[in-house]
Amino acid sequence: MSVQIKTINLEPKRHTFAHIARRFGEDKPASRYQEATYDVQATENFHYKPLWEPEFWQYDLGKTAVKMADWYKPMDPRQYYYATYNIARANMNQAVERNFTFVDDRGLLTKASGEAQAAIKHGLLPLRHLHWGSNMNMSEACHRGYGTAVTAPFMFSAMDHLGIAQIISRIGLVLDGQTGASLDEAKQSWLFDPMWQETRKLIEDTFVERDWFALFTAQALGVNGVLFAMYYKAMEPAWKDAGMPVSLISEFMTDWLTDESRWSDAVIKTVAAESEDNKALISGWAKNGIVRAVAAAKPLSAALLGDNGAAAEAAGAAALKKAAGLGLVI
Amino acid sequence: MSGTKKLGLRQRYEHMTRGLDWETTYQPMDKVFPYDQFEGIKIKDWSAWEDPFRLTMDAYWKFQAEKERKLYAVLDSFAQNNGQTGISDARYANVLKLFLTGVSPLEYAAHRGFAFTGRHLRGSGTRVACQMQSIDELRHVQTQIHTISHFNKYFDGLSEFPHMHDRVWYLSVPKSFFDDARTAGPFEFMIAVGFSFEYVLTNLLFVPFMSGAAYNGDMSTVTFGFSAQSDESRHMTLGIEVIKFLLEQHPDNLPIVQKWVDKWFWRGHRLLGIVAMMMDYMLPKKVMSWKEAWDIYFTEAGGALFQDLARYGLKMPKGAEIATAEAEHISHQNWCTFYQYTHAAPFHTWMPDNEHLDWLSEKYPNTFDKYYRPRWEQWAKMDKEGKRFYNGALVQLCQTCQIPMVYTEPGDPNTICFRETQHGGQRYHFCSDGCKDIFDNEPEKYIQAWMPVQQIFQGNCGGPTVPDVLNWYNLKFGVDNMDYAGSPDEALWNEWHADKVKAAS
Repeated sequence: MSVQIKTINLEPKRHTFAHIARRFGEDKPASRYQEATYDVQATENFHYKPLWEPEFWQYDLGKTAVKMADWYKPMDPRQYYYATYNIARANMNQAVERNFTFVDDRGLLTKASGEAQAAIKHGLLPLRHLHWGSNMNMSEACHRGYGTAVTAPFMFSAMDHLGIAQIISRIGLVLDGQTGASLDEAKQSWLFDPMWQETRKLIEDTFVERDWFALFTAQALGVNGVLFAMYYKAMEPAWKDAGMPVSLISEFMTDWLTDESRWSDAVIKTVAAESEDNKALISGWAKNGIVRAVAAAKPLSAALLGDNGAAAEAAGAAALKKAAGLGLVI
Repeated sequence: MSGTKKLGLRQRYEHMTRGLDWETTYQPMDKVFPYDQFEGIKIKDWSAWEDPFRLTMDAYWKFQAEKERKLYAVLDSFAQNNGQTGISDARYANVLKLFLTGVSPLEYAAHRGFAFTGRHLRGSGTRVACQMQSIDELRHVQTQIHTISHFNKYFDGLSEFPHMHDRVWYLSVPKSFFDDARTAGPFEFMIAVGFSFEYVLTNLLFVPFMSGAAYNGDMSTVTFGFSAQSDESRHMTLGIEVIKFLLEQHPDNLPIVQKWVDKWFWRGHRLLGIVAMMMDYMLPKKVMSWKEAWDIYFTEAGGALFQDLARYGLKMPKGAEIATAEAEHISHQNWCTFYQYTHAAPFHTWMPDNEHLDWLSEKYPNTFDKYYRPRWEQWAKMDKEGKRFYNGALVQLCQTCQIPMVYTEPGDPNTICFRETQHGGQRYHFCSDGCKDIFDNEPEKYIQAWMPVQQIFQGNCGGPTVPDVLNWYNLKFGVDNMDYAGSPDEALWNEWHADKVKAAS
């Protein structure tokens, strides 16, 4: 048995916006994701060249070397628009709050061994700066990119990196009794500790990359695919007796990595499949990004896991395998 | 920096945001931030930036997700219960047409613009605030599309909004406004959008549309409005912090900032002319007159704001007095223009009826009966005689604001105001001293403008005749344009209404 309330049914004149019906080839209902995304960015009849970059319009196909007949082809498999993005993150974040309370109540970080605490301070907390650098890169990709289908998720990603940097900061604040001393120490490690310098150099080099799709590829397959993947999948033993609480608190990051890759892989795969030229360009960027990220990850995995860089190599091998799965030739 | 003392909220927030940043050494800072020097703004100490709000991402996600859950519940319920049949009158839908084609695309442009400043201003505290505004502006365009999507299913003139924003003649007014801001340097963008638009003028743009929705039974749009209010408050605090920060940082910034405030006030005033016309002519149930809104939100609130900023040496924007005088005229001059060009715009126009004329006479005692009522009465007479007045000529546009040259001389409402400048062997035309000054300060920028009428004459808009151009706009003649009377919108509304009357009897 089901209960059915009768409502007045008024026949609509049309089911969606005309630009979307043209894409479908017929007037049929569109999803909220589609209506919030398709053709939202202006595409023609711009008025003035930017004072800061007069060689391009503010939205310009020429800001990357890859070419797409339609930048609304690389859609987001997660179908995020603002509401669904925020609701997804708010749900993920509920676990963070629970886990922080759990760890805090039991003193799981503060009672950990000095060795574990030192590893976290110098090996984990500086990672918040890498997320901040990644936030800069994704904001850049949002501002320079083309088409809402890719640029909206770039901004979501930027905010994710900021949020994760803040979760890592909170680990530091739990450790130092909310004084911030551990964060200051960690910044010194980020700036001067030799094990971090390849990573810092890598991310600083991405800051000056002008091609936004090259930047996105380096970020997605190199920084996320190797460095963050190694941290959130293979580093637990580095935190010694604090491995469990750190993993608990990092649940958001592991979930995020899966969520982010689902989208970034789809974008890279679609854009690479567009043409041989695209495939060659992206393959080159991916190779360079992965190789550099492995070189940056090695001293970290060597110092923190004592594995002579094996975890970094393994993360690099996984990234290369994944890149091949996306149709790239490396 | 930190010691053994527990952090206060403010320091904790600083650790969570600007504490993440560092001075790059493997790449020079000037290469990482290549755009924040050329405008001549001097920042001695970015750390003096006061965070306008302290929202970490966990709190942001939580609040915004809650707001979205509530908003979409209302949107779903509005659609399910055919809320569009309960608006005050189908004429109201034309307000949404103006909004979706003219305003929502600006929210999108703001989203991308704040992504630019959120990456390229050197101060990291400022960047975080800009990034939040960037994602908020994305929220606004997307929720507006979703809110109006249901109206699009029943009313004409909404379905081609992005296409029209890029092509239709009068939509080049809002588009060029935002293109101007987007193509300016990062500091000018912040003054243009963050301060002038969000802080000084938002109550004259956002609020009238949302109050209009409330007065006219559009529960869907007004719920969006309420939901966006807390975002708007954040944007306003960012706008005010930016201007104070720039003025506090170095005395050399004052003349630059003053010039931007003058420019963006005037550009904003011109842009708001469509809101003036919406309030005075398009809302079936009126909230207040444009003149009243101007007096409250600009003369009083804006006056107090500039008094407060006087301690930094900042003066009321140039042209404020002229703009205030124009508040008695602008809505009438604009609606008269759209009435004459009803065939060329994708929304419906109508002649104000007697009750409406009386309301306008009451609200505009100094000007309406003297200058505008006779015009409406003459056009009503012509209409009755079967000679409804259409203007078939293509109009001359102001090179800066791109509005047709329909505005009158300050102090002389019977003479059209013309100004001109010679530049590079060409003559450029302006609607006002304000627009001419803006051009004269940056002629190389404004000579590039994509001027709709010139583009038609140059053959870039589908062809030489009006039907060719309308076709290029994807504007359906007799459906999207012309008078409300006789439109398919009216027919559908009457059909719904007849059903209701039948059901009741």
